[in-house]
Amino acid sequence: MSATGVATAPRKKRGRRASGGKGEARFAFLLLLPAALVVFGVVLYPVARTFVISLFAVDSPLPGSYAFVGLSNYTRVFHDPAFYSVLGNTLYFTLVSTGAELALGIAVALLLNAPLRARWFWRSLVVLPWALPTIVNGALWRWIYNGQYGALNGLLGALHVSSTPVQWLGSPFLALNMVIFADVWKNTSIVVFFILAGLQTIPADLYESARIDGASAWAAFWRLTLPLLAPSIAVVLVLRTIEAFKVFDIIYVMTGGGPASGTQTVAFYTYLQAFSNQLFGYGAALAYLIVLAVFGLAMVYLRMLRQGQMAGVE
Amino acid sequence: MSLSETSQRLEVVGTGPTRRVVLTVGGGLGLAAFLAACGVSGGGGTSGGAGSGKGTIRALVMKQAGYSEADIRKMTGSFQAANPDIKVTLDFVAYEALHDKTVAAAPAGTYDVVLIDVIWPAEFGTKKIIADVSSKWPASWKEQMLGGAIATPQYQSHFYGVPWILDTKYLFFNAAHLAKAKVDASQLDTWDGVLKAARALKTNGVTKYPLVWSWQQAEALICDYATLLGAFGGTFLDGSGKPAFQNGGGVQALEFMHQSITDGLTNPTSTQSLEEDVRRVFSAGQASMAMNWTYMFGMANDPKESQVSGHVEVLQTPSGPGGRPGVNGSMALALSAESKNQDAAWKYITYLTGQPVQNKFALSSLPVWKSSYDDPEVVKTNPAVVKQAKKQLADLILRPQVKNYNAISQVLQTEIQNALLGKKPAQQALNDAADKTAPLLAT
Amino acid sequence: MRHSRSYMIAIHVAAVVMAVVILLPFAWLVISSVSPATDLVSSHVHWWPAHPTLSRYKAVFSSSVGGGDNVAANFRLAMVNSLIVAGATTAISLTVGALGGYSFARLRFRLRRTSLFTFLAVYMLPPIALVIPLYLALANLHLLDSKIGLILTYCSIVTPFCLWTMSNYYLSLPPDLEDAARVDGCSRLGALVRVVLPLAAPGLLTTAMFGFLLAWDEFLFALIFTSTSNAKTIPVAIAEFTGKYSSDFGLIAAGGVLAAVPPVILALLFQRFIVGGLTSGAVKG
Repeated sequence: MSATGVATAPRKKRGRRASGGKGEARFAFLLLLPAALVVFGVVLYPVARTFVISLFAVDSPLPGSYAFVGLSNYTRVFHDPAFYSVLGNTLYFTLVSTGAELALGIAVALLLNAPLRARWFWRSLVVLPWALPTIVNGALWRWIYNGQYGALNGLLGALHVSSTPVQWLGSPFLALNMVIFADVWKNTSIVVFFILAGLQTIPADLYESARIDGASAWAAFWRLTLPLLAPSIAVVLVLRTIEAFKVFDIIYVMTGGGPASGTQTVAFYTYLQAFSNQLFGYGAALAYLIVLAVFGLAMVYLRMLRQGQMAGVE
Repeated sequence: MSLSETSQRLEVVGTGPTRRVVLTVGGGLGLAAFLAACGVSGGGGTSGGAGSGKGTIRALVMKQAGYSEADIRKMTGSFQAANPDIKVTLDFVAYEALHDKTVAAAPAGTYDVVLIDVIWPAEFGTKKIIADVSSKWPASWKEQMLGGAIATPQYQSHFYGVPWILDTKYLFFNAAHLAKAKVDASQLDTWDGVLKAARALKTNGVTKYPLVWSWQQAEALICDYATLLGAFGGTFLDGSGKPAFQNGGGVQALEFMHQSITDGLTNPTSTQSLEEDVRRVFSAGQASMAMNWTYMFGMANDPKESQVSGHVEVLQTPSGPGGRPGVNGSMALALSAESKNQDAAWKYITYLTGQPVQNKFALSSLPVWKSSYDDPEVVKTNPAVVKQAKKQLADLILRPQVKNYNAISQVLQTEIQNALLGKKPAQQALNDAADKTAPLLAT
Repeated sequence: MRHSRSYMIAIHVAAVVMAVVILLPFAWLVISSVSPATDLVSSHVHWWPAHPTLSRYKAVFSSSVGGGDNVAANFRLAMVNSLIVAGATTAISLTVGALGGYSFARLRFRLRRTSLFTFLAVYMLPPIALVIPLYLALANLHLLDSKIGLILTYCSIVTPFCLWTMSNYYLSLPPDLEDAARVDGCSRLGALVRVVLPLAAPGLLTTAMFGFLLAWDEFLFALIFTSTSNAKTIPVAIAEFTGKYSSDFGLIAAGGVLAAVPPVILALLFQRFIVGGLTSGAVKG
């Protein structure tokens, strides 16, 4: 496999295998059929129904006569003042958590790929946060952050860093960051594994030749490892962005959206509108806007990382 | 592009499996869209019925609330013994899931009986998720039940259920702490007295923050706010249904809350605490006084759960210039509008809410019937609480009974938190809340 | 390859720092699970309880089921449910995802882009949007409060995820080997099964791990679609430990520790396949 020109090589090869033609399409259809059955067999009706609901003023779960309002549920979102702070929280959450997970994930993956003693031990540790259910993770960190008898304040007190207890979940922006920390603590593990798997596709002799050529470790990382990891990074970025926009459980358990709605993100807000307030039409519109937003972001990432071939945009 | 490549491309595109794919997918999407659209622009409607008074009914109730799961199963067992042709299946869920499950299950008609909170009759009733049972209510109940109980399942003078679990918040205090600071319990009869007592406790070094509350951004915050709003003579809504909490008593209540934090009398963790957190802080001896539901009395006096057991006493909600209503935190059993077996379900509801059953399980939850409070068997179960309950349960304040209460509560929660965290002055926070809730109330 | 001493020290220090960051909260979880309830609410933090108790763990394993107040015993059932549901979901989704992902990566066909986007869009939709129609659909099929109902639901979320990650992973593998196999007379399917899939083992395992987690962790659908210990999964059972009127963080902690055990065991078993020299030789050229 050539280390350079990853983006261009397969294209040429596609042309070489163009003898597939009709058989290729049939084969593709057969391979995709099970997936299509599994996915759309279950959710096709709900997805379609939710979309239809977004075009009506539905305020009850029961079938009935509702007014057709076209796209006004969608435009209503932009006239909702509460929505903008929710959107801001979400963008901040996504940016910071995804960025932190990626940076830490790559660092730890490189570490686990290095010649450590008892590597199996260090690798096993990384599994732990991943294995803890999100509900428990949220409860754990809520407990640790508790202003009265939380372990974090206890630790700071024992280390004589601070004697007055800090209300970690007591102010909106601080609480948002503490929730992000809890989320990053748990989810960096999976990023580590993705990057680690990606690192396995980079042959060791590349580093040898770079070393021989006199490249420093940093240069090797920046100009060799990182570009070759681009596919794995792209996958991780898209997945973690989707998850950040969908984040619900940890907020539900840790803060319930507070304080002063400082930790309300779009998925939580959608839950409040659709379920607590029974504004199903509005909630459905919010949900589809989320899909659009995430989609747009995913396209941006893929373009930026020149992984466009995956999405067929180049 | 070469000729052969072009023709190969055309081959891929034109015929065979891909066309089939397109057609099936397109057809599937069309069918789904058609089905999805059904019942949105017309048709549908409730299909509930009285049923034969026999058969299986399914009830959605709460775990660990007032009555324990074992209690409810016992009640159901004796009901089934007395009514052999009715079988009851019970689903227990956490409180947080109760609302969402009721809503999700409504179109499917899964449940015949649902347990509802006092803040839901307006919402569920107008959306026809629960049935109007006003015609089933015997007139005698209106005399024999406590006033606060009767108000629980009401919306616009229609009844949407039968009260079952009665609850309000009481003032709990640590008698040992008060003794140490030489504060007399009678002082706690008014909110002014409570503040004075708190100052004495603080200056004497008994507790750093004598008061702790459940002021997290959740419904619990509105419960506490409602108590104080009532005490200061405020109201949530005025006669015409417009916001009134930003005037008079409503503002004083919020200012009272905020002041107690800035004066260092209220534990700053209160803004991230729910009822369980209040119980824990109190049970650890780190608060001297706290408002909480009935259940806290038993647990705070239980040596396995608490470090202050034996020192905990309970009083009525303190009084302010406007009175001393307790917040109505009750729950009622409602008939699902989609139920096909409403007669059998109603029999079950009347059995569970009947006086004999309620008296029998009074230890877990106090009865809704006035005369029960004079029954020595009932008083014996929890004498300290019953004594206060008798007085308090006759005077309860309701949160606004409007169909979009949840949306209004969310606005109020955010703005009250803004004030408590010092981000806005109390008056401005409530003004903003009034501005935001006015259009919601108007619909 | 020889590394300098300072390099070796540096990476081991880094490893220790990483271990501390991971283990501290975990340690607190374990400590809380064996601390008596009164310790958990005391005025200062007890780093280790004076009288540690295993009563919560004992309750989960020894008490009998049937009489729902027994949250601990119901937790045992919830663990079994979660294992079955997550295991089946992962198996199904990985299989269909590995197959379908191949077609996105290697094959050309009309609607390739559209179908990929459609699958991904299903994954992007917040679950809350689908709760009520899904509830209705499951009710009509009599699959409420059943493990099969949950499995079907989760497969529809996890499959698009598997499709996406597997197709990307295939793309990162060189096509040379499968081309060579086809030239040697292997059918497309044969090439896929005998050449590509073994090569893709690290990607398959990573996808499986993450897919398993999606199903293991899922809360909202499980909460709404299940009612009894027939189908209640771990997140629902743990959420029921905290009520409006009672909560013992120690019990939640014990539940969390127990809930982490099966995924950890699975991960340790399969870890070798993700890393460790399977691919470093084959992908030359």
